[in-house]
Amino acid sequence: MSEEVLVEQKSELEERFPDISRDERKGYAGFIVPPEKIVEFATGLRDEFGYDFLSSVTGVDYLPEDQMEVVYHAYKTTGGPELVYKVQVPRDNPVVPSLTPFFPGADLQEREAWDLVGIRFEGHPNLKRVLTWEGFEGHPLQKDWQEPFYEEDGKPFKSRWPGGDVIRSEDNNPFNKNVDYPEGFDPALWEPVGESAVYAGVGRLDHAVSETALSTDQIVVNLGPQHPSTHGVFRMVVRLEGETVVDLEPVMGYLHRNHEKIGERNTFLMNIPFTDRLDYFNSMSNNFGYVLAVEKLMGTKPPERAEYLRVMMAELTRIVNHLAAIGFLLNDLGAFFTPLLYAFEERELILDIFEAVSGSRMMCNYYRFAGMARDLPEGVFEQVKSFVLDRLPRKIDDLDTFLTNNEIIRARTIGIGVLTAEQAITHSAVGPVLRASGVPYDIRRADPYGIYDRFEFDVAVRYHGDIYDRYLIRLDEIRQSIRILEQVIRDMPEGPIQEGKPQYQVRVPPGEAYGRVEGPKGELGFYVVSNGKPNPWRYHVRAPSFINLTPLGVMGKNYMIADVVTILGSIDIVLGETDR
Amino acid sequence: MTDELNSPGYDIPPEMDGQVAITTLDKVYNWSRRNSIWPMMFGLACCGIEMICAATSRFDFSRFGMEVMRPSPRQSDLMIVSGTVTKKMIPQIVRLYNQMPEPKYVLAMGACASGGGPFKEGYSVVDGVDKFIPVDVYVPGCPPTPQALLHGLITLQKKIDMQSIKNVRWYSKDPVEAIPIPVLGPDLMDPREFELIKEYSAEKQVEEGELPVVDEA
Ligand code: SF4
Repeated sequence: MSEEVLVEQKSELEERFPDISRDERKGYAGFIVPPEKIVEFATGLRDEFGYDFLSSVTGVDYLPEDQMEVVYHAYKTTGGPELVYKVQVPRDNPVVPSLTPFFPGADLQEREAWDLVGIRFEGHPNLKRVLTWEGFEGHPLQKDWQEPFYEEDGKPFKSRWPGGDVIRSEDNNPFNKNVDYPEGFDPALWEPVGESAVYAGVGRLDHAVSETALSTDQIVVNLGPQHPSTHGVFRMVVRLEGETVVDLEPVMGYLHRNHEKIGERNTFLMNIPFTDRLDYFNSMSNNFGYVLAVEKLMGTKPPERAEYLRVMMAELTRIVNHLAAIGFLLNDLGAFFTPLLYAFEERELILDIFEAVSGSRMMCNYYRFAGMARDLPEGVFEQVKSFVLDRLPRKIDDLDTFLTNNEIIRARTIGIGVLTAEQAITHSAVGPVLRASGVPYDIRRADPYGIYDRFEFDVAVRYHGDIYDRYLIRLDEIRQSIRILEQVIRDMPEGPIQEGKPQYQVRVPPGEAYGRVEGPKGELGFYVVSNGKPNPWRYHVRAPSFINLTPLGVMGKNYMIADVVTILGSIDIVLGETDR
Repeated sequence: MTDELNSPGYDIPPEMDGQVAITTLDKVYNWSRRNSIWPMMFGLACCGIEMICAATSRFDFSRFGMEVMRPSPRQSDLMIVSGTVTKKMIPQIVRLYNQMPEPKYVLAMGACASGGGPFKEGYSVVDGVDKFIPVDVYVPGCPPTPQALLHGLITLQKKIDMQSIKNVRWYSKDPVEAIPIPVLGPDLMDPREFELIKEYSAEKQVEEGELPVVDEA
């Protein structure tokens, strides 16, 4: 899309919605919508202008301006850049109409913004805390909220090495651990409300009670947070009629590690290793998304060779992720561990490459702003070449032969957990989940970043939206990744890998930026706001694993409980990213 | 191993050599326990993935008799705390620990489980699982490589070798108290500290001058 078309359309937008205004702050873009108009604007944008995909909803606390802001990123499923719009509300009464009734995909994100930033969404059907627990004191991402181990607003902390000694944060705390309590609080009078709120969530009997001869009692069953099939510490509360799931509520936050609060205290560079730990299968593509966002703010670009290295690592990561996803899916189907052993064999070989280039198997921390941390060590290029060209295609074909036509797999997955294209879009599903439902949306093609516009590959798409297709699409994508890697290996140039000198303290001009990549699990976006200081003012992660859980209820209802486990496996979540 | 097991330091008469083995009860007991440690199958975070790697073909901890990962705490001997322990999760972890039958061991895998790790400063992270349950072995790293985990497991085996039936916890006469399960209040609360919390909060209130101190009369 050329610049002019964009400008023209924007004015068209302004004509249609006269109440909106452009965001004129320096470094910002998009529109500011009055709170009472937001529903009209968002639905109008969807119905008349084709921005049918509400990708990201997040809150920002602008303490000095005494304002809170909700930031929305919408785009078209036919491709093109995103459209940003915002709602500003006063800080002492931050209430915004909820978009959840119109865009179910906003559900979990609005709950998160309520939980962490404290913005109330009026009309949200289920506005509970999602990452912390019901009863938690305060909204941690508000700028004046301080954690028990608070030291200073931004790093590097001056207190860390006075005279060469470390002070343990515990020593400054009366309880000698990471806790703090509000004033005048008496634990004896405390009544925990969290659990009852969870169970109330699945208590709604909104289905017709069957009138057949045998009437059964419905029971509520907890799966997780310690359960072998929940891929970590995820929890589902399901209401069962016999073995059939009639209602389902995902409960998360058991791995909430305050990624964003810590990220706003860190300097820009310090955040790269933290992104490794988001989706810990794919540290490379997490790095990629974050450096893209900050590079947008800084207005820099890496040199050619670094661009190729980036694509190479991102695609290798995608292969790692999809292999593991297939392995774990088979685990959930009852083929315990054997397929996973095959998948992990290949994964180990790729991890060897990662270890060689970055020094760590999983937490690579390899991307830098406008470059990479270091060049490929000797011999690694050949290692990649022989692995990708000679070994991997054979192994993927093996997996395909063993699994794809297996009778049990077909019986357990075909037609189960169906998500239609329309549901996938309204629920903001991304990545393989979206594409398996028949929407050929891949950011690498729809809104190319880095040098992805140079490569030839097909956007994998399948049309049934069931578990089987979500499995097949991962095999397809591995094959496409191999295709891209072949071109990378063919074209890889020599040259520098860092633009300018590597810097510990980068200067980031004020403004906002949203960097997104097609991670293996879907759209991974980083929303970064800078105010010119060494630390980001706002640092938000649009996590695909988190938002892909929104349609879990739609997919899981009316199937057997054993199927729900597989459906969860087919979404492919990682809790580090879900809970952050 | 058998050599070690069979040389308790007693002399065997030459005519019985090779037919009779003399050892101590402790040695047999520990030998069988150390080679059949069943870990509990639960991963908390990134470290959990490296734990799975330690179970796969390249590292394969079944070589040490540990391949039987049990999803149920009732059947497991070892809890590998593999990842960040959050305040929301710690009540479950303590409950799981209480549900494990004796003898039981805890291995804190990685920086997070040992002391909070990179996320220690966060508001909802427990700064070390040992604040709530006793830990036997700490494995450093972020994440520890599978080799490091194996080393930790071997260290645990050595620890088991040193135990004696005479004084182990699970044969002592006194009842073993379950660890009180933490409660999620405005922040995480240890039931053993309720009084302290109350005092602290009241003091804070006075300091902040929210309520006038009652000494007017
Ligand atoms: S120690 Fe590091 S790798 Fe392990 S759980 Fe913590 S952050 Fe993840």
